[in-house]
Parts: sequence; structure tokens; C-alpha cells
Amino acid sequence: MSAVTVQNLVKTYASGGRRATDDVSLEVADGEFLVLVGPSGCGKTTLLRMVAGLETPDSGRVSIGGRDVTDLPARERGLSMVFQSYAIFPHMRVRQNIGFGLTMRKVPRDEFDRRVARAAELLRLTDYLDRYPAQLSGGQRQRVAVARAIVVDAAVLLMDEPLSNLDALLRLQFRAELKRIVSQLGTTTLYVTHDQAEAMSLGDRVAVMRDGRVAQLGPPLSVYDRPSDRFVGGFLGSPPMNFLTARVRDGLLAIGDASLPAPDQLSTWDGRDVVVGVRAENIQVSAQARPGWLPARVEVVEPTGAALLLTVRLGDEQLKVQAPTTFQATPDQPLHLYAPQDSLRFYDPETSLALPLTSPSAASSPSPVTSPSP
Amino acid sequence: MSRRRRWHRAAVQAACVAITLFMGVPIYLIALAALSSRESLNRFPLPLLPTDPSTETMSTFLSSTGVTGGFLNSLTVGLGTVALALLVGVPGGYAVARYAFRGRDTYQLFLLLTRALPIVVLSVPLARVFLDTGLYDTTYAVMLLHTALALPTTVLITAAIFVGVPHEQEEAAMIFGASPPQAFLRVVAPQALPGIAAAAMFAFMLSWNEVLGATVLTLNQRTLPAQVLTTLADSPLAYRFAGGLALVLPALVFIAVMRRYLLNMWGTTLR
Repeated sequence: MSAVTVQNLVKTYASGGRRATDDVSLEVADGEFLVLVGPSGCGKTTLLRMVAGLETPDSGRVSIGGRDVTDLPARERGLSMVFQSYAIFPHMRVRQNIGFGLTMRKVPRDEFDRRVARAAELLRLTDYLDRYPAQLSGGQRQRVAVARAIVVDAAVLLMDEPLSNLDALLRLQFRAELKRIVSQLGTTTLYVTHDQAEAMSLGDRVAVMRDGRVAQLGPPLSVYDRPSDRFVGGFLGSPPMNFLTARVRDGLLAIGDASLPAPDQLSTWDGRDVVVGVRAENIQVSAQARPGWLPARVEVVEPTGAALLLTVRLGDEQLKVQAPTTFQATPDQPLHLYAPQDSLRFYDPETSLALPLTSPSAASSPSPVTSPSP
Repeated sequence: MSRRRRWHRAAVQAACVAITLFMGVPIYLIALAALSSRESLNRFPLPLLPTDPSTETMSTFLSSTGVTGGFLNSLTVGLGTVALALLVGVPGGYAVARYAFRGRDTYQLFLLLTRALPIVVLSVPLARVFLDTGLYDTTYAVMLLHTALALPTTVLITAAIFVGVPHEQEEAAMIFGASPPQAFLRVVAPQALPGIAAAAMFAFMLSWNEVLGATVLTLNQRTLPAQVLTTLADSPLAYRFAGGLALVLPALVFIAVMRRYLLNMWGTTLR
């Protein structure tokens, strides 16, 4: 009913020169929570604002629920939005702020009261309805902004970094609350953030954006597990994915002086360099040498509470490794590393794109996967 | 350190008192002279306390010909100027604050150029134009001149205040169903009220005090300052004080009324 479809959206700002969004197409299914994530300046907010109708695209179409809304003003698109700066009205009490959309729709008094009360209850604002925003804390103002957005029962909910102005603890609390509220409502949601942890935890699907394009779109875990290029792997996850250069030689993968058996996937890459990507939590550590394990040296030990984050040196490369807290590690200590073959991802060193999962048929040249289907 | 700070604070206090006296004493003296009998004014030494209050001078002045008419004309022109200046200047200020258009900075600079021209230079050609159009010797003529004089400050003051209202709030209003004019009236205007009040005050004061243009552009429909200037030049000293008080009081009342809007209405300073 209220799917959002974006087709070939192009937007160039007069001051920018390069394109803020470069031919972006994507679809948010009805009731889906899609997160746009990427570093600042990647075009995610521009994309959201074009869907909202606050920005006019140079070309391309936006449709909501099958209706082309590209040329409609924001107020006729049937959506609601939470802004990064909250954008609640300082001269109105919380009640009027939450009910603003209802006032504009000329909702009758008793229905206004009922719906505002419900939204306030959902966001635990009932005791604050008669206050002015200046008398609220940052977290409460954020709740007001969310309550104002959900009270109108719009078909599509847009959120522009709604948690970025909250402190770390509050952000974590409110993130879970937001997820609960949005899944209760079942509204189609498009959510923008630069925080990869937020993207992973909230989205049904995640679109990682870079330089005005969608680099990868898929369910959070599959994007995390199988990044389609080095950028995505390096952006999602904390610590980011490790990348090391290795040479494929006679069915072996040579990393520095050591080597591992190479998977079939690399059979056509014999004699060439590949980039190996591996997540910190997929690397196992051991103080003793074992057959097939790679020797390395500890450089930095950072306890994170739940685990130990080790920075280790493997030949010329630096790796982040997540070790159990029981592992005894001191700087300069030698240790041995092992990563199961199915946790290794391979990238073309020139294009930075992921190599195809299965070995291509003998004759064809290796063509990297550009967009693995989610 | 703390001693220096104490000195600093005392100096600030002294400066405040000095400035207040500088502004207040003349008003007090005028009021004193205007409300004393004509005889006590010539006494020596002049008493600085109202020892012999009398409303005689004041009532004679107020009932003299042209004063009531001038007062009403001044009020009409003043309020008309405020209305016109806000009507034209507030949208102008909004445009300067919100939209990036070619030549915006130059425009802001040249806005003040109207004030660089002496009023006499402006009003003589204006008198001709008004004579041709039949506006000469009407309050509208003076109103138009005063509006032109007040507009630059109206635009600049309101622009400064509109910059302080985040654009995202307007966008939020539009997302939730407001048209652009509704967003302005419901969200921006209430928050810009202090600035609009300041601009209104400024326009009114300018109009209330302006003499030269009003004198050139009218014969019979004189505003109070123009009337006072021409008739009181040859009057006894006491009546000049009465005229001064009659000019100062309405201005003070207007400021007192508008001051309410200058102060904040919802418990925080704007931005």
C-alpha cells in the first residue's frame, strides 16, 4: 500500500559541483524499516529530503504507495518526519507540538485529545504535556519530535539522524524503544544515520551509501557478513573488517611468509594478488604454534569488557583481532592466528569489489559481483 | 583578581547610572518645567523638586490651535508608518534571511543608502510628485516618506531575527501539513515577534521625531513636531517645555507597550 519507490534520483547542489545523489534507485517495501547509512556527505540526507519533498531532484521520480509524488509539495505526500535537530516549536506547549499535524488537518477536539494522549503515553510524555520545550531535557524533546511524527498516522515515516543529538547511554536506550514503537505501528520507515551500529540494530534492510550512490543494499547481517566492496566492509562493524594483501600461488594463499590453502573461488586468480577481508571476531588466537596457523605479534591490547581487542602485526600488515578475555596477552608477545576459510572474503585489489563466490566457468574472465542479491 | 573584578563591576554600575541619568534627567527637567506654573519657572535658584505643581501651562498648550490636530496627525502617520513598514519590510527581511539570491549582500548594503541622502534632498522632489498626484498636504504623503525612511532598518532587524529561527522548524511545519504561508504565520512569526516589535518601535520613533520632511510635505496637515516647530519658535519658554513633554510622553508610552513583546514569552531567550 505505502511502499516508497525512488527511481534514478539525481541531485546536484549549486555550490557542490559533484552530484549529491547520483542516479539512486531503491524501493522500501510496505511496512519495511530501511536504513540509509554512510559517512557524512554521502548523499543519504539529500535522498531522504527528496523523498520528503523538501528538496527538488534534478531528475528521477519518487513515488509513495504507487502514486508519483515527485512534483507534490511535502504536505501533500502523506508522510511524517523526525528531524535531526528535533525541530519542535519552542513557542508551543508539548501538547500543541505533538498535535501540530492534527491541528493542520483540522481534526476535531475530542479526537485531537485522544490521539495526542495515546502518542504521549507511547513515548512516556503524559506528565509533560503542558510544558514548553525549553523545560524539557534533550531526550524528552526527542520524544516530543517522535510523538509528533507518529500521531498523524502517516503511511511513511522519515527519520533524519534522530538519535545523533543524544548522549551515548540515552541513544542506546532510545534506539530499542524506537524499534519497538516503529514495529508496533508497522509504518514504512526510511531512516538516515551515519552510525553503523544504529543501522545494523534497527534496519530490516540497510543501504550503505557512498559518494551519492548505494554501495550495497541488503539485510544488515548479510551486508555485514558479505560486504560487496572494501568500503562497505570498512564502514560497517566496529572494529572495521581487516584487509590484507595476499598472493594466490599454486592453490595456496601467501600472506607474508606464511600461506594458507586457497579456496576454489580463487582458482582463476593464480599468480595474482587478492585482498583478503576478515572480521576481527572470526580470527582465533593461540599462544602456541599449531599447524596451519599464522605467526604474528601483539602490538596493542585493549580490554573492552566483553572481549579483548588486540592489534597484531602479521608480516607487514596490521590486524584487529577479537580475543576472549581469558586470553593472556602482553605487547610484543608472539601469538598464532587462524581464520576458518568460510569467514574469508576476497576482493579485487584494483576495483575493491568482492570476487564472485563460486569460481566462474573456465573460459570467462573473473568478473566481480557488483550487487549481490539480498 | 577579585579586587579588580569588584572595581570592574563598580565601574559598570557607575556607567549604567550615568547613562540612565543622561537619558532621564532631561525628561525629568522638561516634565518639571512643563508642570510648573509660568512664574515659578523664572524663579532663581530653580527648584529641582516639584514644589509648585500646576497644569496651567500644559492645558493652555494642549488647547492652543493645531496641537490636537497635530497630535492626531502624528499618531496617524506613526501607526500608518509602522503598518506599512512591517507590511513591506517583514517579507523583505524574510527573503534576505532565507533565500540566497544574486546580489543579496549588495542589496543589504544599499538598503541603507536611502538613509545616506539628506531628508531635504528627498522631500523637495517628493513634494513635486505629491503635488502632481494630489497627495500633497495629506498624512499619506508623510506616511509614505516615513515608511521609505524606516524600511531599511525594518528589513535588517527582521532579517536578523528570522535567521535565528531554524529553517528546519518551517520544514517540519510543512511536512505536517502547513502551506508556506501557514508555516510562516504559525511557526516563524510568533518566534520573530520580539524582532518585529523592535522594528515597529524603531519605525514609530523615526516617524514621531521626523520634522523636516513633514514640514516640507504639508501645510495644514502638520504632524505634531512640525506644528510645534513652527508655532512654538516664538512662544514663551514655558510652552516650549510643554510641547517637549507632549512630544516625549506618547513615544514613551509606545515603547512601554512594545517592550512587552521584546521580552520573551515562553521562558527562554530566542537562540
